[in-house]
Amino acid sequence: MKEFNYHRPRKPAEAVKLIKKSRDGKLMSGGMTLIPTMKQGLATPSEIIDLAGLKNSGIATSSSKVTIKAGTTHAQVAESDALRKVLPALTILAAGIGDPHVRNMGTIGGSIANNDPAADYPAAVLGLGATVVTSTRSLPADKFFTGMFSTQLKRDEIVTAVEFPVAKRAGYAKFPNPASRYAMVGVFVSQDKSGKVRVAVTGAGPSVFRVPEMESALQKSFTPEALGGVTVSAKGLNNDMHGSAEYRAHLVNVMARRAVAAAQ
Amino acid sequence: MSDTGIGARVQRKEDRRFLTGKANYTDDINLKNQTYGYFVRSPHAHATIEAIDTSKALKAPGVIAVLTGADLAADKLGGLICGWMIHSKDGSPMKVGPHPALAQGKVRYVGDHVAIVVAKTKAEAKAAAELVKVSYGELPAVVDTGAAQKSGAPQVHDVAPKNTVFSWELGNKAAVDDAFARARHVTKMKLLNNRLIPNAIEPRSAIGSYDAAGEHFTLYTTSQNPHVARLVISAFVGMAPENKLRVVAPDVGGGFGSKIFIYAEEVVCLWASKRIGGRPVKWTAERTESFQADAHGRDHVTEAEMAMDERGKILALRVNTIANMGAYLSTFASCVPTYLYATLLSGQYDVPAIHAQVDAVYTNTAPVDAYRGAGRPEATYVVERLVETAAREMKIDPAEFRRRNFITSFPHQTPVIMNYDAGDYHASLEKALALADYAGFPARKAAAAAKGKLRGIGFSTYIEACGIAPSAAIGSLGAGVGLWESAEVRVNPVGTVEVLTGSHAHGQGHETTFAQLVSDRLGISFDSVSVIHGDTDKVQFGMGTYGSRSGAVGMTAISKALDKIEAKAKKVAAAVMEASEADIEFKNGSFTVKGTDKKMAFGEVALAAYVAHKFPSSEIEPGLKESSFHDPSNFTFPAGCHICELEVDRETGATNIVNWVAVDDFGTIINPMIVEGQVHGGIAQGVGQALIEGCVYDSETGQLLTGSFMDYCMPRAHDFPSFKLGFTETKCPSNPLGVKGCGEAGAIAAPAAVMNALTGALGVRDVPMPASPHTVWKAMNGTRRAAE
Amino acid sequence: MPSITLRVNDQEVSADVESRTLLVEFLRDQLGLTGTHVGCDTSQCGACVVHLNGVAIKSCTAFAVACDGMQVMTIEGLTKNGSLHPMQEAFREHHGLQCGFCTPGIIMASVDIVRRHGKKLDEATIRNELEGNICRCTGYHNIVKAVQAGAAKM
Repeated sequence: MKEFNYHRPRKPAEAVKLIKKSRDGKLMSGGMTLIPTMKQGLATPSEIIDLAGLKNSGIATSSSKVTIKAGTTHAQVAESDALRKVLPALTILAAGIGDPHVRNMGTIGGSIANNDPAADYPAAVLGLGATVVTSTRSLPADKFFTGMFSTQLKRDEIVTAVEFPVAKRAGYAKFPNPASRYAMVGVFVSQDKSGKVRVAVTGAGPSVFRVPEMESALQKSFTPEALGGVTVSAKGLNNDMHGSAEYRAHLVNVMARRAVAAAQ
Repeated sequence: MSDTGIGARVQRKEDRRFLTGKANYTDDINLKNQTYGYFVRSPHAHATIEAIDTSKALKAPGVIAVLTGADLAADKLGGLICGWMIHSKDGSPMKVGPHPALAQGKVRYVGDHVAIVVAKTKAEAKAAAELVKVSYGELPAVVDTGAAQKSGAPQVHDVAPKNTVFSWELGNKAAVDDAFARARHVTKMKLLNNRLIPNAIEPRSAIGSYDAAGEHFTLYTTSQNPHVARLVISAFVGMAPENKLRVVAPDVGGGFGSKIFIYAEEVVCLWASKRIGGRPVKWTAERTESFQADAHGRDHVTEAEMAMDERGKILALRVNTIANMGAYLSTFASCVPTYLYATLLSGQYDVPAIHAQVDAVYTNTAPVDAYRGAGRPEATYVVERLVETAAREMKIDPAEFRRRNFITSFPHQTPVIMNYDAGDYHASLEKALALADYAGFPARKAAAAAKGKLRGIGFSTYIEACGIAPSAAIGSLGAGVGLWESAEVRVNPVGTVEVLTGSHAHGQGHETTFAQLVSDRLGISFDSVSVIHGDTDKVQFGMGTYGSRSGAVGMTAISKALDKIEAKAKKVAAAVMEASEADIEFKNGSFTVKGTDKKMAFGEVALAAYVAHKFPSSEIEPGLKESSFHDPSNFTFPAGCHICELEVDRETGATNIVNWVAVDDFGTIINPMIVEGQVHGGIAQGVGQALIEGCVYDSETGQLLTGSFMDYCMPRAHDFPSFKLGFTETKCPSNPLGVKGCGEAGAIAAPAAVMNALTGALGVRDVPMPASPHTVWKAMNGTRRAAE
Repeated sequence: MPSITLRVNDQEVSADVESRTLLVEFLRDQLGLTGTHVGCDTSQCGACVVHLNGVAIKSCTAFAVACDGMQVMTIEGLTKNGSLHPMQEAFREHHGLQCGFCTPGIIMASVDIVRRHGKKLDEATIRNELEGNICRCTGYHNIVKAVQAGAAKM
């Protein structure tokens, strides 16, 4: 690994300043993706701006909204009793990310900023129609994720929180890649208080995406059976030795039905 | 039975250091003035090396040396060897390509060793390795086992036309042809035995250290057999005479075969240390390197057919196998698909005629050698898949089919060399059927179906040949070494004991089981026995640990040395107690004189032996230390029955093992706790092969696609249920302890049990291993499979 | 070179480290605490698990410099006054280890399972919670038994 300069700012403004003036700096939250990437020599940042010093963690819930600060670990989300009461699907999703040690370090902000095509959180953010709050603005989920490992975030923009609307019901089902345990296919479904349905899929494609056909089917009847005839095209889906595009397309349907069945 | 003697569930002596972080693995060792080596490896599966420019790397910070194959050649060091000569059926010797420790002229697989960079720190060595500029002339690669012999395939070694290392056969072809002509039913299958990557959790590591003043080398390394490493590095590589080379294998974090072999890295670290003037050179594999350059396992393509009469009695077996050796012949590679494989094709069955044809091929992949079970899992897979399929085809219950064919009288000579000495295959089958509640299976299957799950049950009535091996017999079959084991028992003056053994331990608990034997035999406390292994300066010689041989061969050597200790101690006791030697009895740690109340404790006799006051040293030498080299008279034949019950999720293809029963006959069991642990671990590796693990190379480029734990799936805790174990016992007649060996049983038995259960659940004839969810889903959706 | 001060196994330690030094490298190479192992380079095997401020983390996926001011507990720190921790004792009693290489990480992970799930653990919980630790020797059977027994005695 190449040597770099390490910074641990205390204030968001300081962090923004540091990343701005760095030659090839990287923001680090939990480091669960960045550090392995650096170990493999795939990232060689000149500076690391460690956001852990911002101490920006915590979960606030109300009857209509959940705000999770960006530095909140997956473990904190998974174990939050307050969150479990209003949006249990989110705790279940967080409890299934990586493994316990990863969950103790990895953060929601880091996960969504990285937008790994097989990460779990992007499915929840998109599947609930959440808002990503950054150091400069608020971005709706539908605009936030732009492609494989890419988002609307500017280089010097820091995710500070994610605001999730409390849904009438929501569920998540994931089929993990047997080796890496990342999502081969993960489907997050939700129905908001006005009855509007969202279906977001991670793992199957180059980036998290919604499935309008499933949304309209569920709009009519929020039951697993309603998805019986709704197929997803394999075109454009990921195809690798762990699963063909056809298999992933099939799993999207299976996981969607299971997510609906699990929704609460 | 005492609470620490043979048969007792004794907690392990070695555990405390492992539990408290005080173990001493190779990478935990740091020598004074140590430097670090990092290997430049081939990124290509097959290429000529046009030029190597080390100038930039040599100027990089901290770099001490960059050494290449040319430097190795200049020093006239020999290459790595394969220690077992196989002759093809035409009588010609196997075709062995050169295997230099650093590539010379050509690289033959991704990960092949090209150069070593030695620097002051690990990071500096690694950074400088990127600056070594190697110009390659890329060549087309041959990757797939089944494609290696096709005309026009790229040639890995010039000495081996059609990439064929040997074309070997065993058995009676005419008798088999004749039996097939008479058969009423023939079951024919093409079976793939998937390539595995061993992945002991401790990566390989080596520290080479040269003392110029004494012209003496020391190698610390992750080895299952340090003496064999010394022998090869001394006698064949020509590094130094044996008396000038010490090899230490300290705590070793698992081997499973992969740490038997003498690899390039440890040879290069030793040599590099001399090259840089004696500073120690340390290298520890990154996991990526383990994936690329540890010897892999299995990788067979087999076409096999079994002939039956109308009642399902097996008449004959015909097997054609192509075995992938990878790019070079590793240390014991050639014996794995031959004498460790074809000799077990009779299984537990009375098969009158067997013929096996085995072709070994070179490919542009990592070398393949012994991995837990080595040849025997492959044989069991062929036999047990055929038997199960034949039973289904003939509509005979698979348990009943096996009963009709079991060998029931011993000794039994198979048509493929082996002479089974003892066993009771009915007993293990019946016990396993009861433990698995075989009779209740149809009801459980129906209940599963109601939940949308496909449930299957599968057997594997396996046999293995362990206790490797009678030296003269294997010598006649081409082995370059004898496979005896040595032991030395040193009794100290106060009656405590050190046992020096050639049987290295890397998880098997020898420090405990060997101490149980000594404690039992000498009637002394378990705590007063220490077991020492893994250092050529301490232990005179040893052939190491593999092939489930440490109990049957290693412990028997100890037992024989204990016989000598007892005999000598009786002489001493007779002299001290002024009795006739014939009247001395030894029991429960005491020497008594028959018909008197004279008595000496073992410790008192030991002291008397060392003090040497009470006997003429012209007749009895002082001291109490004996050694033995035990050469077994036969293999041992552990056998048993494993039953797997599983459920398949119709929608995802995910397989869940819901019950596992293993009933094994290992002969005498020294420590049931340790034996059970060995069975558990073996099952996990076997299930891993069947459902989870598979090494994948790109069939065009030879790039390793499963090059990390991100892509090579390792079995995890949630992949298994708790296992149900049972034992039956027939003593092994060829060693005094009656032990057979237990280390490989699970890995040998499990794959066939899983795949028999899975194919039964799906109602298909075959599914390739590893039967990942995707693979199972494809098997369930045959039409979609064709469309893909 | 950054200078850090942290508590390792209840003792204060100060050292200069490179920014790129991983916590596991710091522990093994600079402090000589070789009980924490490295079994992979992709953050998956769990042989390097230690406790950072009381929770289990992979020390191969943390920079030492980022642990400045924190508390680290390694396998060496689990033994108090020469007595094995109940979890260590249970692994011994139930033969939850063979080669021992993954053992320190698994024990540290197991103590963390108890922190999160309490002393009464069922088999399914233990198997799921061991997701981040790979053992090649034991088939996990005896590890599961050991964790269950060790938890009950903590």
